[in-house]
Amino acid sequence: MIQLIIALFIGVLILIMAVIAIIHKNLVVGIIAAGAVSLFASVLYLLLSAPDVAMTEAAIGSGLSTIIFFYVLNKIKRQNG
Amino acid sequence: MEKFNLENISLVIGILVILIGLWGLLTQKNLIKIIIGFALFDTGIHIVMVSIGYIKNGTAPILDNAVDINNAANAVVDPVPQALVLTAIVIGLGITALMLTYVLKMYQKRKSLEINNYNDLKW
Amino acid sequence: MVKNILIFIVLIGFAVLLANVFVGFKGNSELNTLANHYAVSGPEEVGSANLVTAVVVTYRGLDTLGEVTILFLSAAIVSFLLKIETSASRKRKLRTTSEILDTASKILVPVTLLFGIYVFINGHLSPGGGFQGGAIIASGLVLMLLSQPAKEVSHKLITIVESISGLSFVLIGVAGVIFAAGFLDNTLLSLGKFGTIFSAGLIPVIYIFVGLKVGAELSGIIANLQENQNEV
Repeated sequence: MIQLIIALFIGVLILIMAVIAIIHKNLVVGIIAAGAVSLFASVLYLLLSAPDVAMTEAAIGSGLSTIIFFYVLNKIKRQNG
Repeated sequence: MEKFNLENISLVIGILVILIGLWGLLTQKNLIKIIIGFALFDTGIHIVMVSIGYIKNGTAPILDNAVDINNAANAVVDPVPQALVLTAIVIGLGITALMLTYVLKMYQKRKSLEINNYNDLKW
Repeated sequence: MVKNILIFIVLIGFAVLLANVFVGFKGNSELNTLANHYAVSGPEEVGSANLVTAVVVTYRGLDTLGEVTILFLSAAIVSFLLKIETSASRKRKLRTTSEILDTASKILVPVTLLFGIYVFINGHLSPGGGFQGGAIIASGLVLMLLSQPAKEVSHKLITIVESISGLSFVLIGVAGVIFAAGFLDNTLLSLGKFGTIFSAGLIPVIYIFVGLKVGAELSGIIANLQENQNEV
């Protein structure tokens, strides 16, 4: 039962973060929210008994891909100014 | 009420994340927002695949002290979707990096991130 | 207006499609035939305690080879597209990094790299493996580049590690065809005692090469994107 409550809580967080990632005007907030979706999804994988997938998602989805987005955004901003 | 269990909850979450990603992909005008939409779409599909492979009350597919090796077939969850998702996440990072590099090149040519300014192939 | 209606129709279509998946899904209470085979005869056929590793490296080893190839191709295209512009004169003006980041990264970077290596050597016993270990190694590189942005990453080293590990991966697969039952067969070495580190035949060896290759590819992508950060 406690698992179900955690899963529901995580699910609501994932959906809120996903909507923020799409509709927020500021790109930095959007990228951070997309990273947070991945981070909460990795907790959900842990509840679904998939530790391998949780590890991959935490390292790649929320770590490396966020930093790649930021590198590209930084580069674009520098060319602008 | 019989649908209220862990695998159905995560299936619904995955489906909603797919739809949010698709909605962002179709409605946003900013190229980086479109790539974020692709990334969300990816995450949603991964959640759906892992939750379809879940077995009721199953443990992780690792045969250590927690699982009796002779009774493994009744204790663990399906390892095949997990192996598929594992590789799909890594490919997703490669695809995202590729898309972002193309956006960088496009920005250097036109100085714009709006997709409406790229209409060379529009007729 | 027409565009909005079309978008709405596409979204509704996808929603109906996925709702069918939800309605038709009854939940599983036991494994299907294929997964049952992997769970029952996996330990004696392959000798790996982690069944996901057994599927990734041995049962579906050819898929893993294709997957690593896709990653290599995308890393190669990224470096190709970014290389051309960096050949111009590079003037890098650098921000100074904070003391906390600098000190912490000196301690954390070696530990992170060591943890990545631990994760892919123990891939057949505990959660983890080549892909996760490679990603952790690339995260260590990110931390290093954040604290010392001026540091030159040796692209030659990345290329050498990547090529040698990729070549060894394929050669091990071909050796399986000649000396054992088939491509990437892991019984080339003896299976050993189940659950110890020197077990599961060739799986740890293959996963070490996969981990080095994935780590080198992801590091290459990140180093290429970071390198032309600071020039105007």
